[in-house]
Amino acid sequence: MSASATVATLIENARIVDPASGTDHQGAVLIEGGVIAEIAIGKPIGVPDHVEVINAHGLVLAPGLIDMRVFTGEPGKEYRETLQSAGEAAAAGGITSFVMMPDTTPVVDDGALVDFLIRRAKATSKVNVLPAGAITKGLNGTEMTEFGLLRESGAVCLTDGRHAIQSSAMLRTVMSYAANYDMTIVHHLSDAALTGDGVMNEGLFATILGLRGIPREAETIPLARDLQLAALTGVKYHAAQISCAASVELMAAAKKRNPSVTAGVSINNLALNENDIGRYRSFFKLSTPLRSEDDRQAVIEGLRNGTIDTIHSDHDPQDTEVKRQPFAEASDGAIGLETLLAAALRLVHSGDVDLLTVLRAMTSRPAEILNLTSGRIAVGAPADLMLFDLDYPWQVSEKQIRSRSRNTSFENARLAGKVMRTIVGGKTVFQHSD
Amino acid sequence: MAQDRASTVSNASAGSSGDYPPFNQRHLLSIADLQQHEIIQLLDRAAAMVPISRQERKSHPTLSGKTQINLFFEPSTRTQASFEIAGKRLGALVMNMSVKTSSVSKGETLVDTAATLNAMRPDVIVVRHSAAGAVELLSQKVGCAVINAGDGAHEHPTQALLDALTIRNHKGRISGLTVAICGDIGNSRVVRSNLLLLGALNVRTRVIAPRNLLPAGIENLATEVFTDMREDLKGADVVMMLRLQHERANGRMIPSVREYYHFYGLDAEKLSYAKPDAIVMHPGPMNRGVEIDPAIADGPASVITDQVEMGVAVRMAVLDALLPARNEP
Repeated sequence: MSASATVATLIENARIVDPASGTDHQGAVLIEGGVIAEIAIGKPIGVPDHVEVINAHGLVLAPGLIDMRVFTGEPGKEYRETLQSAGEAAAAGGITSFVMMPDTTPVVDDGALVDFLIRRAKATSKVNVLPAGAITKGLNGTEMTEFGLLRESGAVCLTDGRHAIQSSAMLRTVMSYAANYDMTIVHHLSDAALTGDGVMNEGLFATILGLRGIPREAETIPLARDLQLAALTGVKYHAAQISCAASVELMAAAKKRNPSVTAGVSINNLALNENDIGRYRSFFKLSTPLRSEDDRQAVIEGLRNGTIDTIHSDHDPQDTEVKRQPFAEASDGAIGLETLLAAALRLVHSGDVDLLTVLRAMTSRPAEILNLTSGRIAVGAPADLMLFDLDYPWQVSEKQIRSRSRNTSFENARLAGKVMRTIVGGKTVFQHSD
Repeated sequence: MAQDRASTVSNASAGSSGDYPPFNQRHLLSIADLQQHEIIQLLDRAAAMVPISRQERKSHPTLSGKTQINLFFEPSTRTQASFEIAGKRLGALVMNMSVKTSSVSKGETLVDTAATLNAMRPDVIVVRHSAAGAVELLSQKVGCAVINAGDGAHEHPTQALLDALTIRNHKGRISGLTVAICGDIGNSRVVRSNLLLLGALNVRTRVIAPRNLLPAGIENLATEVFTDMREDLKGADVVMMLRLQHERANGRMIPSVREYYHFYGLDAEKLSYAKPDAIVMHPGPMNRGVEIDPAIADGPASVITDQVEMGVAVRMAVLDALLPARNEP
């Protein structure tokens, strides 16, 4: 609790946008004891004594974002990112919870590590850190981890992070076993042999640059296989990130038959395309490569019509040593916690997707997939909220990045929409100051 | 439209920077950066450099007092030697660095290497690297001119210039010709530079290769894309062969050298489909019996040794253009 005797916080005069209930209306929200106590839309609200009042005039009040794919450097590569620095960046980006990928040193493939991370995050991170457990030991793709124990320790889902399991038989086994514990398998789509030493989308642009291409089939073939095995095993399956038109078609067809399959998309594949690579800009070297503009349009349409469920930052801090390299030799990945919301709002400002749909993909849909109580503005739900100015113009500047790594794919980008306040469990963890 | 110029080898006086408009490029990284008139200027400058190498006293010291570093991350005998001779004939102090065994293997990054060399204040660095874009990355970190001597499968601009000069010498023109480029298109930096340069000079370009050696989107870069080495050579003024890496013919990309040679190796029979006066080119080093019959490589249609000679002239011209002589006190 803060120093004053405040026991409650009232956010009034806000435009409340709650995708879970479909609300988009002026109103007020009362927070008490870290949870949402009352919601008043178009009616007065009972105000208790000692209430802190936040006048949110002109701002949108929405559930805090839930980012389903974040890489940290802790443990093992703290110079890239710690849970604390990731928490700072997330809070500034309106993200109140993020799923932490198990690709750390050591790999999060053991319940004890999940337990450690949860305690460590509580002590150092401003936002909720939700560890994902590895599917296979050391992300080796061949030996499964203890799904039941990982779940008991608090792992919210199972994934091998940026690694893809190549063996169909192994996938079938882990899917069956995950279904046993009702755990969601989140899988990165990359056929290792087809990807080969490809470093960007296959096509004319890669040919001009003299770079090896990654065909779309390196994504669609494992996706088609995964969707069939998901139907076979009955597992809850989430395609970690899809990037091309053919994947959207596969997902749409599968969803008609099997409601337990979902798909995510990286903000990078929604906001950028292969041409952004320009002349070998390695900050645009991503695993799930940037595709063509036609593919980008197809994933936007997939988001609009509900084929794609979630948007995430794919936050992947990498230091200059590994990024300032010739394109093919540079590491994959870009940071994205601080720019996720504003980059996603580009789709709203351009008229491509409405605000409720964009926010749903970062709030209630991830919450449903991960069985979380947050991600909505509902009485009794955790008071994980954000207030943002939908139109606030700003420019991404390397100097102002809170992440320890600066490999942003939005360097110097002009964006509209900024988080003014982030609240986690009723407590303000970030406030914008000019 | 470019006015084609006849070979000027015989009547050219040794060129100097003063004879040409200023060359407004800091580096030579990619043919894509050059305008048509800049390409023609470089060819003219190179043509004027040819006699210097044919003199007894092969010296034209416009670069005296300048330092040239040849930084080769990938071994290359001929390109490195060509740049070295070019620099020395212009009077530059030339230093060769082969980096395969030096600090890079100890974990020093390309950017670190660039910063270190930059501090030694060279005037030009000639770079070859196995990664596409590496030379451009290095150029962003140094204060001197940088010449791309081949970066991965991206570009090899001086090769395209020397090919064009060789073609001009033999055909008297470049524009309007049909040039067939045959073989391992997908992995060749020579192809990309040549398609850009020949395209800029209004050449009809054809690439001919088995489908799995053709990269995606190549139809947007070449005038025509073909797969048959006989029929599709018809009407070609120039047949440019590419080296097939031996490791590709191990069953993974190509079943065997035997099959490749049978269908794509240039022999007299296949060459007979091209124009009777067609010339045969190869950027070297050649695999005789893999992509080319030795009798063709060393036969009357071959201009392969001329390419090597023009290589020195082109590199002299590029060095001279990028390092204009300043008024020394």
